[in-house]
Amino acid sequence: MNIEQQDFYTQAILSMAALVGLTSFLMLGQGRLLRLIFVFALQGLLLTLTTALAAYSTNNHHLYISAFLTLVLKVMFIPWMLRRQVLAMNMHRDVEALKNNTALMLTGASLMVFSYYVLHPIVLTSSAIMLNALAVSLSVVLLGMLLMISHRQAVAHVVGFMSIENGLFFAAIVATKGMPMVVELGVAFDVLVAAVLFGIFFFHIRASIDSLDVDRMNRLHEVDQ
Amino acid sequence: MNWLIAVIQTMLFVALAPLLSAWLKWCKCLLQNRKAPSLLQPYRDLIKLIRKQPAVAEQASWIFTRSPYIIFSAMVLAASVVPLITVDLPTTASADVIVLVGFFAFARFFLALAGLDVGTAFGGMGSSREMTISSLAEPAMLMAVFTLTMTASTTNLALAMEHVLNEGMVLRPSFVFALFALILVAIAETGRIPVDNPATHLELTMIHEAMILEYSGRHLALIEWASQLKLMLYGVLIANIFLPWGIAQALGAKALVYGLLAIALKLAVLCALLAIAETLVAKMRLFRVQEYLSFAYLLGLLGMLSHIILEASR
Repeated sequence: MNIEQQDFYTQAILSMAALVGLTSFLMLGQGRLLRLIFVFALQGLLLTLTTALAAYSTNNHHLYISAFLTLVLKVMFIPWMLRRQVLAMNMHRDVEALKNNTALMLTGASLMVFSYYVLHPIVLTSSAIMLNALAVSLSVVLLGMLLMISHRQAVAHVVGFMSIENGLFFAAIVATKGMPMVVELGVAFDVLVAAVLFGIFFFHIRASIDSLDVDRMNRLHEVDQ
Repeated sequence: MNWLIAVIQTMLFVALAPLLSAWLKWCKCLLQNRKAPSLLQPYRDLIKLIRKQPAVAEQASWIFTRSPYIIFSAMVLAASVVPLITVDLPTTASADVIVLVGFFAFARFFLALAGLDVGTAFGGMGSSREMTISSLAEPAMLMAVFTLTMTASTTNLALAMEHVLNEGMVLRPSFVFALFALILVAIAETGRIPVDNPATHLELTMIHEAMILEYSGRHLALIEWASQLKLMLYGVLIANIFLPWGIAQALGAKALVYGLLAIALKLAVLCALLAIAETLVAKMRLFRVQEYLSFAYLLGLLGMLSHIILEASR
């Protein structure tokens, strides 16, 4: 089965998958927090469009609900909340200098190759071409982890965590045509609760070490050395 | 017959290149509320420069005086292997897309040598900048080109275009990335605004203009013409690889005229978009160009990865 024999919806979903991968790379190389949040919202929007397209082409109506939930939570609410906190803590002018950006990008690209290599046997078992996007969703998960490792700001860690969730959600859509409604609702509300909790944590970290730079948390010893 | 068409097409390329840059300038003037020069102005400039006697520095070696001819002929050769109005060309069979990149590199090598040759500070500075940028742009361009050639399973440009034509409307994720990578590379290589400012030779950050600062008369005319040809070559590459619809697949008079109209329309739209982009975007600092070009490389790499991951046949 080649891509040119597929219908337009499948081609569009595969293109969206590639764009979701691109947004993960963009987040990885982003030093400014507001732009990072914007790209995260963009990834959510692409995810919403993919879900809606999958709902239309496979005629699964409950996917529309999860597309709507994604739109409300990951495109509007969470970016809005993170943005408000960044503005409230006056961090929107800080540019985080990423150490060796090039090595980071190359690591990201090799993670993508790695996830292709790992998932190739699984993808071969099925003839559905949508399953090809599974490797992209795994690489979105891994790139989210890389984002959490490489950035020092706690807000960037939250964005990385949320994009890991995006990758898992995407995998669920392309591989299983959507999880049961109960599971999706549960995950959506977990994400919502997590976002609110992170917001509270920000203020606590900020109050105790006067910064959101997580490297400084290593210095929280009882006695100065 | 085929060879005749190939020669005519190359001549069309050479003849229309100044018109394209005039159109670009016209669009920019319109957007910036200035009075636009006539569309024939580049031709008048070229004629004026060709009539003038070139002034050559005493220290200049043969490289300086020969380079304009070498650069111009390399660009004409490059133009002869790119399908403009028809894909059925005998010249495209003898040279593929890697040879085309080689022609560009050859012309650039002599331009950089000529910039160094006279020994002025500006020339050396321009040459070093040009080589820095092109060493970053070339891998990105090759990545984008390889994405295309892997899809069409040929490096021959005409066959690749025919492959895209015969396939019809297919939305390929890899082509989306390759298109954007090639556009970014084309902007960097032809010295358009975020990377280099083509409108001035009075800036300390200039690149292309710094190298050719010592040229005058017919030498300058040839170099200007070569850079207009380069702009048109990149435009035709982008238009005909990714949107080849309209190009003539058979050698009928009707098909050829139709092909000429199609490419003229595509180039006009492409240049209008370039003019809008140049008006909206400010020039980058020189040290940010590597970020820009590594983004182009990333796009090319993602294009290739998404070709392998998402479009694999099984």
